[in-house]
Amino acid sequence: MTALLETRGLSKSFGGLKAVSDVSFAIDKGEVRAVIGPNGAGKTTFVSLISGRIAPSAGTILFEGDDVTPLPAFRRVQKGIAYTFQITSIYQNLSVAENVALAAHQPGGRASLEPLARVGLADRAGQIAGTLAYGHQRLLEVAMGLALKPKLLILDEPTQGLSDAEIDNFIGLVREVAKDATVLLIEHNMPLVMELAHRITVLDRGAILAEGTPEEVHANAAVQAAYLGTG
Amino acid sequence: MGFFPHLLLAILEGTVAAAVLALSALGLALVFGVMRVVNVAHGEFFMLGAMLAWWVAKSVPGGPAAGFLAALIIAPLAVGALAFVTERLLLRRINYDPEATIVATIGLMFVIQQLALTVFGADAKAVSAPFTYRIALPWFGFSGYKLFVVVASVFILLAVWWVLARTKWGLVMRVTQFDRETATAFGIPVNRVYSAVFVAGAALVAVAAVLIVPIQQAHYLMGLDPLLMSFIVVIIGGLGSIKGSVIAAVIIGMADGIISMFFSPTLASIIATLAVALVLVFRPQGLFGVATR
Amino acid sequence: MTARILLLHGAVIVALFLAQYVASDYAVLTLTRIMVLAVYALGYNILFGYAGLLSLGHAMFFATGLYAAALGVTRLGMAVPEAFLFAAVCGVIVSFVTGLIVLRASGVAFMIVTLMFSQAAFLTVLYFGDITRGDEGIVIKDDQRVFPVFGHAVNLADLLVRYNIALAFLALAMFLCLAVVRSRIGHVLVAIRENENRTAMLGYDVKRYKLIAFVLSGSFAALAGASYALLFAYAGSTLASIQYSIHPLLWTLLGGAATVLGPVLGTALMFLLVDFASGFTSASLLFVGVVLILLVLFFPKGILGTIRQRWLRWLP
Repeated sequence: MTALLETRGLSKSFGGLKAVSDVSFAIDKGEVRAVIGPNGAGKTTFVSLISGRIAPSAGTILFEGDDVTPLPAFRRVQKGIAYTFQITSIYQNLSVAENVALAAHQPGGRASLEPLARVGLADRAGQIAGTLAYGHQRLLEVAMGLALKPKLLILDEPTQGLSDAEIDNFIGLVREVAKDATVLLIEHNMPLVMELAHRITVLDRGAILAEGTPEEVHANAAVQAAYLGTG
Repeated sequence: MGFFPHLLLAILEGTVAAAVLALSALGLALVFGVMRVVNVAHGEFFMLGAMLAWWVAKSVPGGPAAGFLAALIIAPLAVGALAFVTERLLLRRINYDPEATIVATIGLMFVIQQLALTVFGADAKAVSAPFTYRIALPWFGFSGYKLFVVVASVFILLAVWWVLARTKWGLVMRVTQFDRETATAFGIPVNRVYSAVFVAGAALVAVAAVLIVPIQQAHYLMGLDPLLMSFIVVIIGGLGSIKGSVIAAVIIGMADGIISMFFSPTLASIIATLAVALVLVFRPQGLFGVATR
Repeated sequence: MTARILLLHGAVIVALFLAQYVASDYAVLTLTRIMVLAVYALGYNILFGYAGLLSLGHAMFFATGLYAAALGVTRLGMAVPEAFLFAAVCGVIVSFVTGLIVLRASGVAFMIVTLMFSQAAFLTVLYFGDITRGDEGIVIKDDQRVFPVFGHAVNLADLLVRYNIALAFLALAMFLCLAVVRSRIGHVLVAIRENENRTAMLGYDVKRYKLIAFVLSGSFAALAGASYALLFAYAGSTLASIQYSIHPLLWTLLGGAATVLGPVLGTALMFLLVDFASGFTSASLLFVGVVLILLVLFFPKGILGTIRQRWLRWLP
């Protein structure tokens, strides 16, 4: 089966610093893949390369078999790669419904409230986005990602700042989302990752340290040394 | 006069132009470098310095040299005071927002310009140089005062460089430029630094004006040209880099002086303004731009 | 478009139409000027208020239309309607080419780049002084301003003819602006203004939208410039100077950026204020400066912007 997304020898250097180092990575359709690693491992740089927000120093990115490396970010979104920001980036001054309408490419019009319903924000459609509680803003961000009807949804530390109850909700949400889209998840929350991910990729200092099922990764000595401690 | 003497004259004029440019732009470079705001009224501070120089020279007895020295003290003080008030009442209140600062200082530019028109009148005012000394070259005579201006500029530039690179004040300024938040975390009173920098920038440009006004004349509209040329120098040199501004001033001053002499001043200005626009578009950090967080 | 929006904007046009029957000749002349310049401000607002891009160089587009029309009539032997079209085409081309270059910069750099381009254009006008007659300007003779419309001769030297043509021009511009603002394009521009990164990451071609806004804005300015030249029979270099880049910014800020009626209101008010002030002082720009500072400090949303925020949320 051709992978949905594949990177070959992907690298990114900032001056002398090699943030992402020769990463060859593949994710299959329908998977929930988690990318974990210590701080500074290059996780956000890696997904920024995939989403097109920054250009690689070397390597290629293939989506559904096509080379998307030269494409700017907005074209990759049009092809079906959606990205939710690590630091919430919504339209603070617009209403929740307007946010979703923009995401659904019906700016100024009436968009389906389904994405909002899926994240549980349907009753807040008229509220100004900036007045939402932080956790709800994160959910709005996910709703916008859903409204794009993406093939690959990249979630960059989506549960950061959420309460435990909200995180529990979130697990159910991701399982829901995974029914229609492939999910690439960057997370620090290990129990969440263990529970949700089909497979885990561990990055350390810009390179892949290990890859496998949650159990395999958990048992991997190198990963433990680098990251999980005594686990 | 043959070609080479003509060229020599052009180079000399270019050097003077470069010195004048470097001095005028220095204040702007400092302010933009540390505070990251564009002061569109910068040219009007220059104009005020020149007007004050004329007024002081007129009011102080004792000849042009006395007037010149008095102006060198009074003009920077007065313009600095105005800058202080501007920073406190205006810039701080809009929290140094780049867009708002530009619009507000455009307003300030109009206010200062029109007040100068009302107070000083619309005619150009000549100021005598503190000394006249003609350097007699085989092909033409050249003003000794102009060369003095070049020497004075170099001296002032070196002095500013020394303050920035070798004193505690300079270090404080450079840290604030690099990362405002970290500076605050280190206990640096950023607002006071901003105040000091803005005032220093204005005082510097006033000094430049006092030096330059015997060569040009003082006129209420004279601020526009130094403003644009200062922009050009600061941007091409790289926002935040004094060294860059100086080098850019030399290049642009020389080019301007030479093109003006051989072609027309208007053409030189057109080329200069387009050049800065294109540099900004394709190489926004200029020649030596300093990265800030 | 909802009824009350159409009614409100229609009412403004109707009021202006009726004004000619009660206003003095001087007021009619001033209003004509206001209406033409309001179109300039309307165009500026599309880029500034809606797309969030602060251009300090719009005088170059105004001047493009101004000189294209003036030179078209006086040197290229065009009739008024032809010259107007010619100016329109020039405006579109110049704003398109300028936009391609200038939009690569952003933030403060964009402001300075537009300022620089405009200054270069101004200097070019002066450089070709034997064609443009610099400060003195090009004067269009009265006989060049008569043209036939459906068999009737329209004379632009006539006070009321000018007024009504300017009014028709304003009406068209205003409703076009309304249409753009309420359309898909308008909403995307607002999204770009509110959060450009996010908008790109939702799959919108941000560069293309910005260019569209820029060309629309520049073309409005050029058409305003052309109208100015044709209606007031004059094209001079002061109209290409930095002042004329600052004016639409001021008028828009005063009336309320990101509202359709704001620029119109701001232009009218500023004219009134300057008129009032020149009773006291010849330094009317002083007034402009003070108003700008006060606006930035206390009323960044302008009059209609503040009204919209507090009471009339539906105002476009």
